[in-house]
Amino acid sequence: MEYFLQQSINGFALGSIYGLVAIGYTMVYGIIGMINFAHGDIFMVGTFIALIAFLILVAIGITAIPLALFLMLLIAMLLTSLYGWAVERIAYRPLRGSFRLAPLISAIGMSIVLQNYVQLAQGARVKTLQPLITGTHTVLDLGNRFVVQISNIQILIVLTTLALMTGFTWIISSTSLGRDMRACEQDLKMAALLGVDTNRTISLTFLIGAALASVAGMMYLLYYGVIDFHIGFVAGVKAFTAAVLGGIGSLPGAMLGGLLIGLIETYWSAYFSVQYKDVAAFSILIVVLIFMPTGILGRPEVEKV
Amino acid sequence: MSEPLLSIKGVSAFYGSIAALKGIDVDVMPGEIVTIIGANGAGKSTLMMTICGNPQAREGRVIFEGRDITHLPTHEIMRMKIAQSPEGRRIFPRMTVYENLQMGAATAEGGDFGSDLARVYSLFPILEKRSSQRGGTLSGGEQQMLAIGRALMSRPRLLLLDEPSLGLAPLIVRQIFSAIRDLNQREKLTIFLVEQNAFHALKLAHRGYVMVNGRIALQGTGRELLERPEVRSAYLEGGR
Repeated sequence: MEYFLQQSINGFALGSIYGLVAIGYTMVYGIIGMINFAHGDIFMVGTFIALIAFLILVAIGITAIPLALFLMLLIAMLLTSLYGWAVERIAYRPLRGSFRLAPLISAIGMSIVLQNYVQLAQGARVKTLQPLITGTHTVLDLGNRFVVQISNIQILIVLTTLALMTGFTWIISSTSLGRDMRACEQDLKMAALLGVDTNRTISLTFLIGAALASVAGMMYLLYYGVIDFHIGFVAGVKAFTAAVLGGIGSLPGAMLGGLLIGLIETYWSAYFSVQYKDVAAFSILIVVLIFMPTGILGRPEVEKV
Repeated sequence: MSEPLLSIKGVSAFYGSIAALKGIDVDVMPGEIVTIIGANGAGKSTLMMTICGNPQAREGRVIFEGRDITHLPTHEIMRMKIAQSPEGRRIFPRMTVYENLQMGAATAEGGDFGSDLARVYSLFPILEKRSSQRGGTLSGGEQQMLAIGRALMSRPRLLLLDEPSLGLAPLIVRQIFSAIRDLNQREKLTIFLVEQNAFHALKLAHRGYVMVNGRIALQGTGRELLERPEVRSAYLEGGR
């Protein structure tokens, strides 16, 4: 029982990271109907920018952890969202109106470009960061050998995710930007007929998706402390699985899917085999695609008139 | 005679390599209701969309208030106070009626949202009752009213209406046409109307054009066209 609870806490933290990345997939799919395969690599770029930002901050003498973390977050969000914006501008916008597979192929190309670019610029070896946030709290101690603990970094991850999700949901439901985004998602042509600059709205969607991915990237860096140029691929495919499981196009679905994938992966590692944890996640993708293609919260695809 | 509000000069438009419009000339004067009638596939809706820049005209020019708008992107054309209630109504199905109207006001800079909303609600009172309902749950007639209301929220100087009577019960059609007449007579709103329901459209319009296969085949005042034998036999007999 204590073991299960502990794994649930671990899975929740991991799932939060997946959920933040999954939102980027689901938003882009909702608005222009393409899978942005470069999104996982945007997440990876976010981890690197956060790490570089931290090293620079330390070099110029900013060592107070809370301030350094806050500045790291700001820098990572800003620069990574520029990457997200540039990817759309360079690789996808010129192909709008082209055949359906074109942006998909372009996205795979962009993913390879980003990976190789980081590999060349930063080297192929793994980068490490010593734990910045330490300390744990005992959640449950029944007196036997196993004590259930939650670490400060896990608390930080879940709280940050919660805050971002709340803010993001508010933007989508209550601001004019969010309304424009929903309008573009439901009927791009009509949104333009009402004076919405659809290209700008699509750019902003990529920007926001990348910013959320960079936060996930920074959390990943702080949580695991080890990154390399290749982590975007597996993390990206898992976040994509999360988006599909939750129902692609649905924002709450992306978050729910992320949490479920995080939990399933953690339970699998805990009770079966840690070597096969990726197999577990991807088996879910296959099973969902076969038996429940619209996901948990997705709507059945209705042909637009 | 005064300057036309909208002037379409020799416009051709293509879908891929297929010509949908073949040299169209149409003028809309301020304060007029002008209608285009024609059979399915004659290019009426394409003309509407070409005014809005999607697709853009390959030849010819579209001039609105003296300004050449032929090659502007759609959203900039709409910000010049042209509004369209498009073919198929295109209500945002997962937004409430209120949010749909808010979307309509996206280009109404510095306007008073409250009074614009009150104006639409007084024109179509059913929309106020449905304001928190999702657009996709409305009936066809209600959706059409919402599409027109949404277009009015930007306080347009030119209103484009594409087949507002399509698929609606006769009673609702009458209601919508009387609302269109009201807008024109009371508020001097200029309206460009595309219709298959030729009888209603020609009765309502000051002037009309008959479109056949991407060309203007006939033009005249609404009454003139109603009396032309070729119009009667092709579009009116038995088809009211």
